[in-house]
Amino acid sequence: MNQTDTIQYLDNKENKTWRFLISELKPKTKIFTAFNIITLPIILLGLGLIVYRFRFGLEAVTNLSQDVPWGIWKAFNVVVGVAMAGGAYVLVFMTHVLHIKRYEPVLKIAVLNGLLAYVFYSAALVLELGRPLDIFNVIIGNDYGVSSILFLVAWHFMLYILCLFLEFSPSIAAWLNARKMHKFLTGITLVAVVFGITLSVLHQGGIGALFLLAKGKIHPLWYNNYMPLMFVIQSVFGGLSLVVVVVAISWKIFAFQLTEKMIKAKDDILVGLAGICSVGLFSYVFMHIIIFVHEKYFAYMGTGWGNWYLLEMIGLVILPMFLFMYSYKTKNATMVIVSSVITLMGILINRLNVSLIAYNIDAPVRYVPTWQELTVSLAIILIQIWVFRWIILRMPVLRNGPDWAKGH
Amino acid sequence: MSLNRRTFFKAMGATAVALSVGKVSTASEAFSDNGTELNGMLYDMSRCVGCFGCEYDCAEAHEAEMPDIPRNPPPRKLDETCRTVVNRHETSIGMVAFKDQCRHCSEPACTAACLTMAMYKTQEGPVIWREDKCMGCRYCMIACPFDIPKFEYKSTNPKVVKCDMCVNRLAEGEIPACSYFCPEEALTYGKRSDLIKEARTRIIENPDTYVDYIYGEHEAGGTSWMYLSPVPFEELGFNMKIQKKSFPGLTKGFISSIAPVDLLLPTFLLGVYQATKSTSTITEEDEI
Ligand code: SF4
Ligand code: SF4
Repeated sequence: MNQTDTIQYLDNKENKTWRFLISELKPKTKIFTAFNIITLPIILLGLGLIVYRFRFGLEAVTNLSQDVPWGIWKAFNVVVGVAMAGGAYVLVFMTHVLHIKRYEPVLKIAVLNGLLAYVFYSAALVLELGRPLDIFNVIIGNDYGVSSILFLVAWHFMLYILCLFLEFSPSIAAWLNARKMHKFLTGITLVAVVFGITLSVLHQGGIGALFLLAKGKIHPLWYNNYMPLMFVIQSVFGGLSLVVVVVAISWKIFAFQLTEKMIKAKDDILVGLAGICSVGLFSYVFMHIIIFVHEKYFAYMGTGWGNWYLLEMIGLVILPMFLFMYSYKTKNATMVIVSSVITLMGILINRLNVSLIAYNIDAPVRYVPTWQELTVSLAIILIQIWVFRWIILRMPVLRNGPDWAKGH
Repeated sequence: MSLNRRTFFKAMGATAVALSVGKVSTASEAFSDNGTELNGMLYDMSRCVGCFGCEYDCAEAHEAEMPDIPRNPPPRKLDETCRTVVNRHETSIGMVAFKDQCRHCSEPACTAACLTMAMYKTQEGPVIWREDKCMGCRYCMIACPFDIPKFEYKSTNPKVVKCDMCVNRLAEGEIPACSYFCPEEALTYGKRSDLIKEARTRIIENPDTYVDYIYGEHEAGGTSWMYLSPVPFEELGFNMKIQKKSFPGLTKGFISSIAPVDLLLPTFLLGVYQATKSTSTITEEDEI
């Protein structure tokens, strides 16, 4: 080949990649589904509001105040969301470290879900920063606040996103038909796995530790010295509960992608996860009983806050614990899904209590999120679902990869 | 040598903080980390007449908007437009005024919270906020037990507003504006340890004037700004439940566990990985 030939050859090759990427951008399924028609306006409105927020400041769209500095974006999208994204590291631990093959069929979808959750929750976090550009101070080390929990959480958070990306990247390589890359990426999975789990445990606990400094501001029923540990335990059963829900939905919607084997595996996997969740919830309840006695919570029983606490504990923690046990014993997959939804509610309420509802209860004006805040919160999750769907329809997450990528 | 010794030791110190268990908490209340004695303020509420003068002086010293105080002002709170606020309280012995501002804790919760070291405890005592570092996360507001830092939500480039003990005036050898201009000498600036002695002397010499308590001597591990009161502090709305230990101590345990976990857990995981590798035919039942 002479010079021009080479260029032409490269041009062609490049064109092919581009054409492939552009063709992949086009929707693969029906456009005018009810889901799309409902969610698209919310997403567009949310994006508009985000632009508005950066143009006019936080006051213009939020109800944040001097008494309640962290609003629904932090509390819901970050503090609650991170617990629910914990399924990825738990499944990775079981599959890659313990070599339990049973959960392999749901591993990739859990990792993808975790990856997207983290990416979008970081976005929510940046939205609430008053001076978002200065976030680079943390990264480039313009003074490291090494004794700050938030600093450590931020770094563990960022590095974990990288690990999740590496864990998922073989699927991307398979999609792009990049064989060498695929081999390389599969080779370093173990490194990503080992560090990913470590980083997860620490930042999950770190989010709990953030609130240790708010002593005296959070109602004592939701403040205790064990918060870091409690948050880690929550991330185990909370994360797996979300995996259950995601799997249940995906197995319906993306059924055409699944092999016979995958379809058959589902119920067994859900039942297995139910077993782990019930054990997780049991240790969580056990810890709560110790804390209850130790911190003398009995004194608060009978008050409004006491009832709210009991409702959470009995209805959203102890009840699903028994439901999980029951569904594990009876191998009832539908029941597993029900228990998972209740468990997720429990985590939602618990973490909102810590970060918002039972926070600064003496504040003269209670914080209620504006409709703009709620729209943005929802839009972030909807965009995440759109991207999730886009990827599932293109990359080998549920369906098998190309033949050359077998076994991964 | 590009890395001079000071920076080197500073960096070493920072690493040591991250690794050590509760090392920092041994720093005595009256001294900053490197041993300089902290300065502070003694505010005597039996002398304060509630003239609001210091609010104006403070605004002027910080080139901020002048406060607009009506004749008989309703109770006011600190907000993003002011660094200090004076409130008159009706108490059992009549009117007592209470000036609120940052307490300049010896071991501040806000600096322990701040991930960019924008909140910073200077060696001399003032806790300052540094605009070029802050990213506006407001964790300092969550952490401060006295609810001091305020945030300019209205702005697109918001600042965290709080008293800085007139750090600029201090640098020029002046004392803080409120103390300098107070006509009643209600605010005494000086070395923290001297101020505690002074406060004790006042209490002992005039037992009928004061309640026998120095608010700030031990609250939150000790603060640079301390209060003497002619009425029980509860009557003025002081939070008496604030823990006497320092707030950064609350997270020290967790922080010191991070480095070991970061190092040991991967090793452990690799061990488990190796151990379970050969027995990868685990049966369904023994999983949990
Ligand atoms: S009073 Fe609050 S803002 Fe002031 S130094 Fe203490 S913790 Fe920081
Ligand atoms: S708002 Fe600024 S000063 Fe306060 S903790 Fe965050 S970065 Fe630090």
